[in-house]
Amino acid sequence: MFKVLENEVLAPGLHRLVVEAPRVAAARRPGQFVIVRSAPGEERIPLTIGDADGASGTLTLFVQAIGAGTRKIVAVPPGGFLRDVAGPLGQPTHIENWGRVACIGGGVGTAVLYPLAKALAEAGNQVTTVIGGRSAEFILLEKELAAFSAEVRVTTEDGSRGRRGFVTLELEDLLRNPARRPRSVFAIGPVPMMRAVAEQTRPHGVATIVSLNPIMIDGTGMCGGCRVVVGTEARFACVDGPEFDGHLVDFQGLADRLTMYHEHEAQCRLAHAGGGMP
Amino acid sequence: MINNLSAKERLSIAREKMPEQDAALRSRNFAEVNLGLSLEQAMREAQRCLLCKSRPCVAGCPVEVDIPEFVACLAQGDLAAAAHALMRDNALPAVCGRVCPQEVQCEAKCVRGVRGLPVAVGYLERFVADWAMANSADLPGPPATVPSGKQAAVVGCGPAGLTAAGELATRGHEVTIFEALHDTGGVLRYGIPEFRLPKGIIDQEVRRLIDVGVRIECNVIIGKTLTLGQLREQYDAVFIGNGAGLPVMLGIDGENLKGVYSANEYLTRVNLMGAGQVFDSATPILRGRHVAVIGGGNTAMDCVRTARRLGAERAMIVYRRGESEMPARVEEVHHAKQEGVEFVMLTAPLAVLGDEAGWARALRCQKMALGEPDASGRRRPVSVAGSEFDLPAEVVINALGTRANPLLTATEPALKLNKWGNIETDERGATSLPGIFAGGDIVRGGATVILAMGDGKRAAAAMDAYLRSA
Repeated sequence: MFKVLENEVLAPGLHRLVVEAPRVAAARRPGQFVIVRSAPGEERIPLTIGDADGASGTLTLFVQAIGAGTRKIVAVPPGGFLRDVAGPLGQPTHIENWGRVACIGGGVGTAVLYPLAKALAEAGNQVTTVIGGRSAEFILLEKELAAFSAEVRVTTEDGSRGRRGFVTLELEDLLRNPARRPRSVFAIGPVPMMRAVAEQTRPHGVATIVSLNPIMIDGTGMCGGCRVVVGTEARFACVDGPEFDGHLVDFQGLADRLTMYHEHEAQCRLAHAGGGMP
Repeated sequence: MINNLSAKERLSIAREKMPEQDAALRSRNFAEVNLGLSLEQAMREAQRCLLCKSRPCVAGCPVEVDIPEFVACLAQGDLAAAAHALMRDNALPAVCGRVCPQEVQCEAKCVRGVRGLPVAVGYLERFVADWAMANSADLPGPPATVPSGKQAAVVGCGPAGLTAAGELATRGHEVTIFEALHDTGGVLRYGIPEFRLPKGIIDQEVRRLIDVGVRIECNVIIGKTLTLGQLREQYDAVFIGNGAGLPVMLGIDGENLKGVYSANEYLTRVNLMGAGQVFDSATPILRGRHVAVIGGGNTAMDCVRTARRLGAERAMIVYRRGESEMPARVEEVHHAKQEGVEFVMLTAPLAVLGDEAGWARALRCQKMALGEPDASGRRRPVSVAGSEFDLPAEVVINALGTRANPLLTATEPALKLNKWGNIETDERGATSLPGIFAGGDIVRGGATVILAMGDGKRAAAAMDAYLRSA
């Protein structure tokens, strides 16, 4: 049993949980994830570790309530318990000093981007951060990111905050300006966003790392469910990833596999109608 | 007295048949297929044992259960004594009585099998173990142990780990099992369906180990949550029995289409996470009208029979050799056939074909013929030119086997591995690192429950000697 110490709503359907998991907190490095199950009989949900404090033995998790499993996780109040928190899983992010880097976050991906951007800044990189969301209420961690970013640029689809449009608008400006062009780009967010970013950087030859979120069961390489084609090879996101070279990822295959249970999820939503789905 | 039966009288008794759930009914439910013998049947079957001096059955058992002893007690109706004799050597008898391939182990060596049918040791083991579970309150508890003051860690809660843990605990060592998944049993729970091995049986066998003092911590992934190095510092000895979990992929076009599963994923969803079994389970699973399972082992049989129970109209085994070359147990093949499973033999998959939305719709296959024997001693399948055909399948399950999972071993470069990534050990289970022992599938590659248990037992004996000398 893993105690939930804090549970804060950051945006509609998006929660920030602080969970007691001393062993995981001590072992964790940026880029790694945990598999969480709220109670017996529930789904195993992979969640990126947003932050960890080895001294207090706590993890910070950002959870977007989408399906039945994630809705039950965010419903656990402070003082309540999660039945299972297993990890840290996956490969830690490879951090080095590239000089100028851009960190691109979309929606809840921004929360996952946060520890990575911080680690990049600490390694001496000059970090330009671009974050986007549907509207102002979905813009996360702007102030926190500004604390170590050379600049934070914001886009919203409805123009309610920052520039109207997608994060790619801002990235295009950076790529076109030789004085500002990043050496490396890190993109975390919805699959279409990561795909668009990778296509945008490709002609410029700018290395682009994306963090993938395929369907996952055990997280240890056992089931092969999280396989994704990178280059010509099938890789397991749980043990080989979750971060991969965005220019080599088969985003279409990933997007397809993510729809595998849409019908099941729709049925679950109907069965649980009134359960507080935003 | 029953033991006064003459050999002739014993030889005149016919082998008992295991009562089973009706095939049409059971092919749509997850309740256990084999229903177990009655006391009367079990005693009569036990009386078939000739009590021969040479006891070849014991040598045929990887954990060397004293088969003649427990069978003789059962023949006399002394069930407590039978249970005592059986459980002395086997930590998981109710599991073994259900999933061991007795026909190639103890029963294969039975003298009665030379002419006629061997004693049904597996049925008897199951009977005695089930009786012991139902009557545990009346049985004497485990003998008191003398604490050794030593601590041992066990990696993995499957058959190897559970056996090693039980053996170490009864020898007085303090044992903690670390399990990566959220529940106990390892492959027993996620890999073997309810209709062959009910989860309640695993729960009870695990409970017995907890009763002798074994601690179990789930959600701890050795190699990630804790390193092997940390275990070596915190414990006096370590046993690694983390299994072989890494699926062998098909390596054909379309294997990433929606609807294509590895056996591990398919079985884990159903067996560990309740998909399709527990009403209103949140775990999704694709059911499919046509399900093709590629492979011919026991895991393939488990998958195809599960698919049938999840409602498949056509549940098919696709195997590139013939039925007699299939590695699955004869009983499993027989049960699958009774349940309406189709066997598409001498057929190799070439590709999974999909629709425009990325869903699997068919398996493109090629007919095969059997040529000369290959390295495995089985006749090598060779493709028949121009024999391609498409088999409709919305769900395709790859049951081609597993390889060694590198998650733990990759983080301990000093641990010596063979070229397949399996841990190298001596015959006692000792690895290249002092105080670290290993067994089960991570050492031998994909094998059986009982071989893993045998490894756990042998390694525990070696660990006990190591702990006492250190």
